[in-house]
Amino acid sequence: MATKGAEQQGLFPTEGEPKPAAAKPSRATSSTANGAGESAAPRPSAAARANDDASDDATADAEPSSGRDRSGSAGGSGSGGETVAHRLAAKQREISVSEFFTKNRHLLGFDNPRKALLTAIKEAVDNSLDACEEAGILPDVKVEILPTPREDRFRVVVEDNGPGIVKQQLPHVFARLLYGSKFHVLKQQRGQQGIGISAAAMYGQLTTGKPLSVISRIGKKHPANYVELKIDTARNKPEVLREMETDWEKEHGTRIELELEAKVQKGKQSVDEYLAQTAIANPHVRIEYRDWEGQVTVFERATKTLPAQPKQIQPHPYGVEVGMLGGMMKTTEAKKLAAFLKSDFSRVSPRVAEEICEIAKVSPDARLTSLEPEKIEAIHQAMSQVKILAPATDCIVPIGEAGLVAGMKKVINADLYLAETRAPKIYRGNPFVVEVGVAYGGELPAEEPVRLVRFANRVPLLYQQGACVSTKAIITTDWRNYMLQQPKESLPVAPMVIVVHLASAWVPFTSEAKEAVAHYPEILKEMRLSLMEMGRKIATHIRKTRRAADEAKKRDYIDMFLPTVVEALHEILALDKPTLDKTSGNLRDILEASRKKMV
Amino acid sequence: MAKDDKKGSNKKASANPELDKVTIQCIDRAATRVLDSIAKKKQPELKFPVRSLSNVDYDAKKGFFELGENLSTRTLTVNSVKTFAQTLKLMSLSKQMVQENNSATKREAYYVSKNWGDARFTEQPESDTVMDDVEAMFSLDGVTREQLRFVPDEHGGAVAGELIVIDRDPNTHEPIEIDCTRFGTGAYTIPSSVEHLKFRTNAKFVLAIETGGMFQRLQSNGYPKDAHCIIVSMAGVPTRSTRRFLRRLTDDLDLPVYAFVDCDPYGIANIYRTLKVGSGNAAHINQFFCVPRARFLGVTPQDILDFKLQDATHPLQEVDEKRAKDALKNDPFFKKNKAWVRAFEQMLAMKVRAEQQALTKWGLNYVIDEYLPRKLKSPGTFLP
Repeated sequence: MATKGAEQQGLFPTEGEPKPAAAKPSRATSSTANGAGESAAPRPSAAARANDDASDDATADAEPSSGRDRSGSAGGSGSGGETVAHRLAAKQREISVSEFFTKNRHLLGFDNPRKALLTAIKEAVDNSLDACEEAGILPDVKVEILPTPREDRFRVVVEDNGPGIVKQQLPHVFARLLYGSKFHVLKQQRGQQGIGISAAAMYGQLTTGKPLSVISRIGKKHPANYVELKIDTARNKPEVLREMETDWEKEHGTRIELELEAKVQKGKQSVDEYLAQTAIANPHVRIEYRDWEGQVTVFERATKTLPAQPKQIQPHPYGVEVGMLGGMMKTTEAKKLAAFLKSDFSRVSPRVAEEICEIAKVSPDARLTSLEPEKIEAIHQAMSQVKILAPATDCIVPIGEAGLVAGMKKVINADLYLAETRAPKIYRGNPFVVEVGVAYGGELPAEEPVRLVRFANRVPLLYQQGACVSTKAIITTDWRNYMLQQPKESLPVAPMVIVVHLASAWVPFTSEAKEAVAHYPEILKEMRLSLMEMGRKIATHIRKTRRAADEAKKRDYIDMFLPTVVEALHEILALDKPTLDKTSGNLRDILEASRKKMV
Repeated sequence: MAKDDKKGSNKKASANPELDKVTIQCIDRAATRVLDSIAKKKQPELKFPVRSLSNVDYDAKKGFFELGENLSTRTLTVNSVKTFAQTLKLMSLSKQMVQENNSATKREAYYVSKNWGDARFTEQPESDTVMDDVEAMFSLDGVTREQLRFVPDEHGGAVAGELIVIDRDPNTHEPIEIDCTRFGTGAYTIPSSVEHLKFRTNAKFVLAIETGGMFQRLQSNGYPKDAHCIIVSMAGVPTRSTRRFLRRLTDDLDLPVYAFVDCDPYGIANIYRTLKVGSGNAAHINQFFCVPRARFLGVTPQDILDFKLQDATHPLQEVDEKRAKDALKNDPFFKKNKAWVRAFEQMLAMKVRAEQQALTKWGLNYVIDEYLPRKLKSPGTFLP
C-alpha cells in the first residue's frame, strides 16, 4: 500500500500535445481525450513487448496510436465520400484499461481461479512490504484466506503495520488501474507498475460482484478509515460505496479484504509456497498466515535490521529507447536540450551532453518542444556512441549473504547453507545485483532435481520457471564438475535448493505478469559465475562428508572383523586368556594405525 | 560343520596320518607367524603365489606349467581385515577337518561361512577365491588341496571302452570292479576324488573328447571296442577330477592320451592346454593335474584343408582372434612350441574355425570310418 507521495501527476499526456517520433506501430485504439488515465489504455499489451523500457514507455506508446487514428481518418476521407476507413472509424472507440483487463486478465496473472488467488495475495503483500520499508517499519504482515458458503469463492484478508494511506487517496490506490507512485521511479522496489492491487480488486469485483473493503490508519492521533470500493470499469474511476470512521486496534497500517473466485491448493505454486519463499528473501519480515482450514503458520523475523532504502536514480543514457526519450522530453522541466540531458539522466556531465549534441548535430540550446522526430532519433543514436560512466550502483540493496542464509534457515532444513552477493553490474544501463543461495543436504530429497527458488527484487517468482534466465544459468552450469549428478540439459539431481535473486532498479521480466526474468547475457553471466562458486563449495562439502562417512565405516569395520581374526587364531592355536587379550589389544592398535594412515 | 556332514565319504580313520600331521604343522606355523607379528605390533602378512599366466613357466621336460616365484602379500589393514579374517577362518576350518578326518566341497565351505557373522561370504565366488588363495599359500609347503580337505564338487566326465576301474564299496569298503564296457550305450562317471582308484586295461590309447555329442556317436557305434581304446568326455574345459583321472590312466597304464576337440582358439588354448599343462589360475596344483603325455589329434587347422571342411566352417569371431593372439603372445606353452605357433598362424590366416561335428559334412559316421582311422595311422604327426 505504497502511496506516499502518490499524487496524480500528469502521467499520460492528452490528445493535444505534440507527438514524438512514433517508432512502434500500434493497434487501433484511440484516445479521445478523456482524462489522463484513459489514454493509458494500451499500456498492458504494449508493455508485454518490452517492459524494460523505463517509466514513460506507456506514454510513448500511446501517442502513435492516437496519431495514426487521426491521420488514418483524414487520409481515407480525401474524396469526401463514405470510405472503408469511415466505416471502420465508426466502430473505433476507446477501450478503457479496465475493459482491456477484463478480456486480458492472464496478462496480469489472473488466468485461472488458482492463480488469481495467489496473484491477489502476492500483489497485496508486495505493496505492504514496499510501504513498510519505505516508512522504515519492520513489516508485520497477516494473510488470511477465509472460506465462503460458495465452494468456488474465498475471502482474502491482508493486513500490515505500514504507514497507512490518507483517506482521500484510498479510492485511487485500490480502485483505479495504473495509479501509483512506483511507475515513474527508477528504483529497486517490488511493485513497478501500479496495476497489481487494483487488478486484484477488479478481478474480485468481476467474479463475485463484491466490493473491496479497506481499513487504513496513518497514526495514533488519526482515526482509522473504512471504505468499500468498486471500480467503474468503463471509466477506470473508483466508486465509493461506503465510507466511515471506525475503531481499529492498530496504530497505523492497512487492511484490505476482498472476495474472489478462487481455488485453494497446497504445494507447488501455492500461497503457502509464495509466503515461505517471501520469508526466505525477506528475513526482516514477520508473516502470519491462516489458511482456509484455519491452520496458522508463522514465519518469524530472522533479523531486526531493515534493508537500507534503495536510492532513486535517473535513467542512464545507455538504457533509454527512443520512444522513452521522446516521452522524457515532454515531461521534463528543462527547456533546452543540453540542460535536459544533464538534469534528467545519470552520469551525463556538461561535457558528455556537449558531445552528444555534437555527434547528433543538434544545438545544445535547441528547444525541446521544437525538436523533430529525426533529431530525437539522432540524439538517441548519439547517446550510444559517447563514452559515458556506468550508472551508480548504490541504488541496489541486495538481501545480503547473511540475510539470505538466515532466510533459508527459517524455511529449509538442510546441512549446509551458502550464499553469495555479487558486485553490482550493468545491463543496458540498468544496474543490477545477482545473489545466489544454496541449501544442501539434510532432509532434502536426494533423488529429485534440485528445487529452484527465484526472486526478483525480493519477490518470489512462482511461474514460468523454464523461461527464466536463472533456469538457463543452472542448466548451462556443469554440476558434474562439482560431484553432482546432472542429466543432459537439465537441472542437477541433488538434495539441494538453489535460490537466485535478481535485484535491480528495473527488472527485465519476460511478461507483464512478472513471472520470469529475460535472458540478458550480462545477467546470465553473473548468475553462472555465482553458481559455479557455490558449486565449488558444495563439492568441498560433499568430499568432506564422504570422507567422514568413509572413516566411520572403517571404524565399524574394525569392530566388525577384529573378533573374527582373533577367534580364528584361537581356533587354530588354542590361545590362553592373557594371549587372547593381548592379541585383541595389539590388533586394534595395528588396525587403528592403518586407518589413520589412510585418512 | 564336521558334525553336520552326513555325506560321510571319510568316516574311517585317516588314510595317511603322517601327511595329516604335516598339514596341521603348516597351518599352525602360518597362524603362529600372524600371531607373532601381532605380538610385536607389526602388521601381519600372508604371502601367496601369484596365480596367473604371467607367473607360470613351461618346462617341456617337466611337462606342466610351473608356478613362478612371484608372491603377492596380503598385509592386514583396515581395508583387508575382512578377507584376512576369512582366510584365517578357512585355515581353521581346514585344520578342524583334518583333525576330524572330514572334507568339504567349495560349496559346503561357502555355507560353513554363513556361521561367521559379518565375516560370512555373500557369494560363492568370494569364498572360492579365498580358498584358492589358501590352497596356493600351502602349495608352497607342498600341501595339496586334498590334504587341506577341500574337495571339488564337480564330478568328472563320462568314460567308456576297454577299462576296468577298481573302486571301493562306500558301505562295506570292499573293492569292487567296474567294467566300463558294461554300461551298454551309457557310460561310467568319474568320481570327484580319484586318488584311491586302480585300473586294468587292454586298450592302446585314450581319446579325450570335447563334446558329449561326439562321445555319444563313438560310443553308440561301438568305436571303443573296434579301436581298442578308452573314450572320455571332457564336456568343455576338463574338471580337476577328469584331468587327474586321465593323468592317473597315463601314469598307471602307460597309455597315450589323444585330445579330440574343436578347431578353434577355445578348444586349443583353453581345453587342450589346460588338459596338458594346467592353467595359470590353478598353477599351484598343475603338477598333479596336468597330463603331459596328451597329444592333439584334431581337429587341426590343417585338417580343414586335408578333409575339405572349408565350407563347413564359421568365421573367427573377434573374441576368437583375440584369444588366439593372446595365446601366441602370453602363453608360455604355445610360445615354446613352434608347431603350435604355426597352427595358430594358419588359423588366423584362414580366419575360420571348425567344430568336431563339421566332419559330419561327409556323412554321420565319417568320423569313425575315415577321419579317426586316417589320423591314428600317424600319431607322430599330432601336435604336441
